[in-house]
Amino acid sequence: MSQQTINFTLNGVPTRVSVPVQMSALEMIRNVTGLTGTKYGCGEGECGACTIILDGVSLNSCLLFAVECDGRQVTTVEGLADDPLGRRIEKAFVDAGAVQCGFCTPGMVMQARQLLERNPRPSREEIQRGIEGNLCRCTGYVKIIDAIEAATKE
Amino acid sequence: MTALDNYVAPTSLEQAVVQLQELGEVTILAGGTDLMPQSHAGRVKFKRTLMNIRRIPELRGIVREGDEIRIGALVTISEMMAHPLVREHLPLLVSAGDHFASDQIRNAGTVGGNICNASPAGDTLVPLMVLGAHVELASKPDDTLFRRSMPLPEFFVGPGKTRLAPAELLTAVRLPIPPKGFVARFHKFGTRPALDISAISIGVAGVLKDGTFSQVRVAFGAVAPTPVCGCATEEALEGKKLDAATIAAAARAAQDEVHPISDVRASAWYRKEMIHNMTKRILEDVSANH
Repeated sequence: MSQQTINFTLNGVPTRVSVPVQMSALEMIRNVTGLTGTKYGCGEGECGACTIILDGVSLNSCLLFAVECDGRQVTTVEGLADDPLGRRIEKAFVDAGAVQCGFCTPGMVMQARQLLERNPRPSREEIQRGIEGNLCRCTGYVKIIDAIEAATKE
Repeated sequence: MTALDNYVAPTSLEQAVVQLQELGEVTILAGGTDLMPQSHAGRVKFKRTLMNIRRIPELRGIVREGDEIRIGALVTISEMMAHPLVREHLPLLVSAGDHFASDQIRNAGTVGGNICNASPAGDTLVPLMVLGAHVELASKPDDTLFRRSMPLPEFFVGPGKTRLAPAELLTAVRLPIPPKGFVARFHKFGTRPALDISAISIGVAGVLKDGTFSQVRVAFGAVAPTPVCGCATEEALEGKKLDAATIAAAARAAQDEVHPISDVRASAWYRKEMIHNMTKRILEDVSANH
């Protein structure tokens, strides 16, 4: 099994790991670097629970090869603690009670951050389109959309 | 079977095609959005070497070259949709991209990857075909870089199968800048807008002048082993006034010329009905809005 050593920045921290070349970024983040905020939902890009931000764009980390993180900036949900927009979205999710089982929440928050960075004042429809790659199996979408909308108003 | 035991990430086209020639058994990685789930599901077996082509600058970028727009193979669907040249000259690709998977996948998936996957339902393929796209291929069999190009429809051989030679790389897709009076439509029909594999898709393009439709191109997705040209439909439209009789004849031609299969997404009968009805609806829309 071929291993590859890669260097990247994980939530602002320079990180060096050795990973099998076919490993996904999701597996690396959870099992190699030990950050378990990023969730494994479907493993095939349908649910968005594993959403991370790579060099400023959101991606499904389950579809990303870990080796592709080499030399790049990776932000996971843990990294939002140091980010004003991220903190604002987290607070809005808490205030709106936009959490039922919570499994989709990290991915929703990450994708909301991506959406609001590019479009600071989205309409409700734009919010719906923005999170169309994120599934909430509790179907709690109304409060999630409320939360994202509230985060735009502060 | 040889296991995956080597990883390369070339930083120039030259280096990539040399390595492809030397290493032989290579799986190409671009966005990874299809390779990852397909390899997990066992539908694609990794070859001995995984070649990550994401570090090759020559495969990036969208530029105008004369009367053509060149879209690099590594351009993501999101980058394509946001680019001023695409928005100005090829708005069909913006609306088609809007129906492509989800934001996260558009941010990772590449135009070249969508083409090389050669899915009969690949979302960019029908729009690229009706826009007259050519693919640009590169290899280095000896001391000189060999480039060739072919019309996109000729590139597809079957589901997941293309004319790409083993040591060849798809470097870009080239599209002519559409002439004055050019209209183009793409319709993807599925059960929901996001993350859906289409049951059928239709692309129609041509020049509409004084009510007459010419230089017509029609293509269909998800009705055959590859995306296909609607040659009989084109013939029913070429040089004709876009009136009710022409539209009815074209919709019938479309229905008669496709031979879809039944699968989990739709039956063959339903697909043929949808091809008829949607072709009619698209043409009525073109006729009413120009």
